[in-house]
Amino acid sequence: MTEQNSRKNIFERMFAIDRRWVYGFLMLAVVLSVIAKPVIPIPISKEARSIYDYMNSLSDGDYIHLAMDYDPSTLAELHPMTRAVLKQCFEKKIKVIITALHQNGPGMAAEAIDTACQRHFELTGYRPESGKDWVFLGYKPYPILIILGMGQNYRIPFPNDYYNVPLDSLPMMKGIRNYQNIKAVINISGTSATDWWITYGNGRYQVPLAIGVTGVMATDYYPYLQTGQIFGILGGLQGAAEYETLVGTPGKAVEGMSVQVVAHSIIIIFIIVGNIGYFATRKKNRVGL
Amino acid sequence: MDFATAIATTVAAVLTLCIFSFLYKDNPFYKFTEHLVVGVSAGYWVSILYVNVAIPNIWQKLLAGKWWYLIPAFLGVLMWTRIVKRWAWISRYPLAFYLGIATGVAIPLEMQTKVLEQIFGTVQSFVALHNSQTDFWAGINTVVVVIGIITSLVYFFFSKEHKGATGGIAKVGIWTLMIGFGASFGYTVMARISLLIERVQFLIDDWLLKLFS
Repeated sequence: MTEQNSRKNIFERMFAIDRRWVYGFLMLAVVLSVIAKPVIPIPISKEARSIYDYMNSLSDGDYIHLAMDYDPSTLAELHPMTRAVLKQCFEKKIKVIITALHQNGPGMAAEAIDTACQRHFELTGYRPESGKDWVFLGYKPYPILIILGMGQNYRIPFPNDYYNVPLDSLPMMKGIRNYQNIKAVINISGTSATDWWITYGNGRYQVPLAIGVTGVMATDYYPYLQTGQIFGILGGLQGAAEYETLVGTPGKAVEGMSVQVVAHSIIIIFIIVGNIGYFATRKKNRVGL
Repeated sequence: MDFATAIATTVAAVLTLCIFSFLYKDNPFYKFTEHLVVGVSAGYWVSILYVNVAIPNIWQKLLAGKWWYLIPAFLGVLMWTRIVKRWAWISRYPLAFYLGIATGVAIPLEMQTKVLEQIFGTVQSFVALHNSQTDFWAGINTVVVVIGIITSLVYFFFSKEHKGATGGIAKVGIWTLMIGFGASFGYTVMARISLLIERVQFLIDDWLLKLFS
C-alpha cells in the first residue's frame, strides 16, 4: 500500500486527498479565526432591511408575535436572530407574544428570553417583565392546529402561559384576542413550521409575516417574498449577522461571518486542488487508454 | 464562572469533542454521545407532551367535569392498538378521523398559498412588465424568472422526446435547475460551517477562556 502511494504523482495525490486532511485544515482555520476574531463588513440585504424598517415603523405598545420554532440543533444560526429581534422589540417598547412550536424548543426559548431581558437590563437598567412587556406561551403539539387556533383566540390553545399563569390575568393580554390585534408574526424556524405559518397564518388569516430560517431552507422561501406572502427573510448566519448589524449590536453572528469567509476560502482551495487533480489524472487515463 | 456552571460547561465541551471525534473515525465515545443525545431528546419530548397535553387537555378537563374529553382521549388510545397485530385494524378509525380533518383543512389553503399565489405572482410581474409598470432591471428579472419556470417545466415534460426545439428548451431548464441547486448548496455549506463555528466559539469563548480566566 505504502509502495503504491509512493508511486502516485502529485496530481493523483491531489485528487485523492484523505477527507480527514480537509476536516483538519478546516478545523484549524476555524479555531484560529475564532481566536483572532477578524472583522469584515456586513452588507445589508433589502430582505433583512425590510423587516428592520417594518419593526422600526411600529409604535410603543404595538404587538408582534415571535414564533421561535426551532430546537438546539439549529441554534447556531437562529439564536442570534432571536436575540436581535428581541433587542429591537424591547428598545422600541414593542410587546412580544412568544411561542415555541418545536417539541425540543421551549426550554431553550425560555433561556433565550431570559438572556435578552438580562442584556436589556444591563444596557438600560430596566428588565422587561413577563406579562407586561412579553408573554411566553410555550409549546403545544400539532403546530398547524395551534396556528389556526391562535388565529381565533390565543386562549384556545394557550389558556395559560409557559409559567402556568392564566392569560386573562396578564396585563399585556387584556384586549388581545387573535392575529387581528398584532402587527406581524416573525417566524424564526429550522423546521417546516415556516410553511405552516405561510399557509395557515398568512394564507388563512392574512397576518403580515416575516421569516428567519436556516441557510439550508433559505432558497426555498424566496418565491414567497416575490409574491408578498412574506415581507422579509433572514437567511442563515448571514441573515442573523445582517440583523445584528441593523440593531447595532454585532454579536456571535457577525463574528461567525468573519470566520465563514476563512472557512469558505479553505473549502474553495480544496475544491480547486481536487479539480486540478481530477482533470490532470483524467487526461493521463485517456492517454493510457 | 461558578463551580456548578464550570462542571456543566465542561461536560458539554467534552460531549462536543466526542461528537467531533467521528470526523477521524467511528468510535465508542461518539456512539455514547450520539445515543445520549437521542435518549435525552426523546425523554424531554415525552415529558413536554405529558405536561403540555396529557395534564391540561385530559386530566384537568376531566377533573373539571368535562367528561366528553374522554372521546378524543379514547381515540388517541386506539392509535396504540397498532402495537398488537391482531388489533391493529382498530387504529384505522382514529387515523381516518385525523386524516379527514387534516386534508379538509390543508387542501384549500395549500392550493391557494403554494400553487395559485405562486402562479399569480409570476404572471402578475409579467403583466406589470408588459404594461411598462416596472423598472428595467426588475423587467429583466421577470423575464429570467418566466423563462426559467417554463424551461424547467419543459424538462419534466416526458410525453415528448427531448430532441430539437424541445431538447434545447429542456437544456435551458436543466441549467436553471442546476443554478437553483447551486444556490441551495452554497447556503447549505454556510449552514453546516455555521454549526461548526458555533461549537468552536463555545469551546474557546464559553469554555476554555472562561474556565481559565
